[in-house]
Amino acid sequence: MPDFPTWSGVSTNRYIARMGSVRRHVHINRDPDTVWALVGDLARQHEWFPFSSCRVEGNKRWMTTPSGITFEEDIITHDHALRRFQYRIVGNPGITSHLGTCDVIDDGHGGSTVVYSTDMEPEALAIVVAGAAGEGLGKLKRLMETT
Amino acid sequence: MGRKILFITTDQQRYDALGCNGGRVARTPVIDGLAANGIVFDRAHPQNVVCMPSRSTMLTGQHVSTHGVWMNGVPLASDAPSIASDLRRAGYRTALIGKAHFEPFIDPFLRFAENRIGSAGLETEMVVGEDGLPTPHRGFEHFALATHGGMGPFHYARWLREKNPSAAAMFFQVLDQQLQVNAGGGGDTNAPQVKHNDIPRELYHTEWVADQTIDWLSSLPADADWFCWMSFPDPHHPWDPPKSEIGRVNWRDLDLPDGYIVDATERERVLDAKPRHWRMWYEGTFVSNYEAPAKWVPKTLTADNVREVNAMAHIENELIDEAIGRVLASVASRGWGDDVDVLYTTDHGELQGDYGLLFKGPYHTDSLMRLPLVWSPAKSAMVAPARVSAPVGLVSLAATFADIAGIARPDYTESARLPTNDEEARELGHERVLTEWDSVLFGKIVHARTICRDGWICTAMLSGTVHDGTEGELYDLANDPLQHNNLWNSAQHAAQRASLLDDMWSSLPTRVLPLRSCDAPV
Repeated sequence: MPDFPTWSGVSTNRYIARMGSVRRHVHINRDPDTVWALVGDLARQHEWFPFSSCRVEGNKRWMTTPSGITFEEDIITHDHALRRFQYRIVGNPGITSHLGTCDVIDDGHGGSTVVYSTDMEPEALAIVVAGAAGEGLGKLKRLMETT
Repeated sequence: MGRKILFITTDQQRYDALGCNGGRVARTPVIDGLAANGIVFDRAHPQNVVCMPSRSTMLTGQHVSTHGVWMNGVPLASDAPSIASDLRRAGYRTALIGKAHFEPFIDPFLRFAENRIGSAGLETEMVVGEDGLPTPHRGFEHFALATHGGMGPFHYARWLREKNPSAAAMFFQVLDQQLQVNAGGGGDTNAPQVKHNDIPRELYHTEWVADQTIDWLSSLPADADWFCWMSFPDPHHPWDPPKSEIGRVNWRDLDLPDGYIVDATERERVLDAKPRHWRMWYEGTFVSNYEAPAKWVPKTLTADNVREVNAMAHIENELIDEAIGRVLASVASRGWGDDVDVLYTTDHGELQGDYGLLFKGPYHTDSLMRLPLVWSPAKSAMVAPARVSAPVGLVSLAATFADIAGIARPDYTESARLPTNDEEARELGHERVLTEWDSVLFGKIVHARTICRDGWICTAMLSGTVHDGTEGELYDLANDPLQHNNLWNSAQHAAQRASLLDDMWSSLPTRVLPLRSCDAPV
């Protein structure tokens, strides 16, 4: 049998997920303060995440996708010291539970790891958000490493 | 002028759907006519039994491990090889009309070209090719996209909204409020994913796909060479053909399909002899494929449900056959009749009641793997009609298109072209056909690898959520055509099993890593 990636280490009979839980990450060869300067500016997320526009008013934010869907969000955490933001999609009857988290982590060697995770119901939509996050993080890396 | 290529695909259609393959219900005289004058493959398998991986194999001529679309929701790389690109470079006009599905459907961020093209009503999207010049997405200069109903961003949905704003709601609602595949039922028997659809036949997607094909071909100059992929969304569930057509096949008159085991005790004995995920799905405790409604329990399927689902599929197959007839008449009217190769197939099969199950998943038996495949070569090519019993795969299609067009087989393809008879099959090395399954869905992990060779089907279940890597399936097709008798653990057949597995592991391509990410459920 040839080598085969088996997602080894997954304790398959212990899997517990009461909602869709996804995570993507990227390593960026830029210091965390520089990365956080963009990631932590919540009105600029559409510059790296596949949204078409973004509007922030106080603790509220509205993000619009290229297909024209606007998500209303409550900003839960916006912590410059921790370099973390968290938000919750609200007012959308199709999304019954949501928490999105983005962390910029110092790698200790002058670079950063950015982690984007989402926990939500319906779980099927979490996979879609993960895909968008993966694309967004890829763009963020390109932006950071070429400017 | 060279030979033109009309590549016709359906979605989720069984081998026995067609009269030329022994089908006894749906009338398919047009495809049967192509078969009578062409080449019929009696052992054609997909390289994966769900849509996106299988369609990616058709386009790239590669196994799943190579093109990397390892389950639905994993997008084919935007720069993946495409036989349409090669044909276009050779001077062919190229179109894909109907269902594409190389990229995920659920895409609010419009990350994928198919959804951007459809939502903007474009013909195609230009990208920079290998040579640094603009080239159309996947080599197709013209897309007219559709899927199984009237919702979504595709051209058909836009057209339908313009024709009748309320028509989209007439189809069965594919997803429920939780974005899960809808477990609801309808029709006369409350069969899963069945609905009596009020949509007029002329607005149904089968007719639209044929009309769009005729329109595109009509736009071409008489001396054009062309490659047209006409891709019908049916008979994939939901089973909701126009209500006006329901009288074609009365489900009450249907015999139960051969693969449906009427006696529940015997049915469960057969399931229990297979790897455990079969019985677990039957009981509703392990649903590993998003397209199988998670809230539906197959054990509740009744014989009348099976009859009604089959009747609906037969009706949809008849509509497809008639639509193809209209397209072929249009082709003939252009004077192209002698110079067109027609290839007809589907992406994967459908359980359709076999073993008491519906839909699809990691179940590698003839229900899902034995496909209709008919090749009617251009008359000008003077190819004798034949039936081919050698195992072949959809992985051979890309090389076949290249051969028809008179261009060299692209280096990226992983299989020889289709043979025109069994003798040529041996010469071309068609000894075996391989099928892969990988799925990781909400913690449910399944991996399977299958070989078909010398009249045997052998499947190894690799380690996953419910498998420990020791289970598998071994079927003798000559003596067990319905695959009811799993010989995997038979000491008498241990050598046969070992031989098949050795051949399978040495024949499968090395998986391209890293794995591509799954970006949507479908």
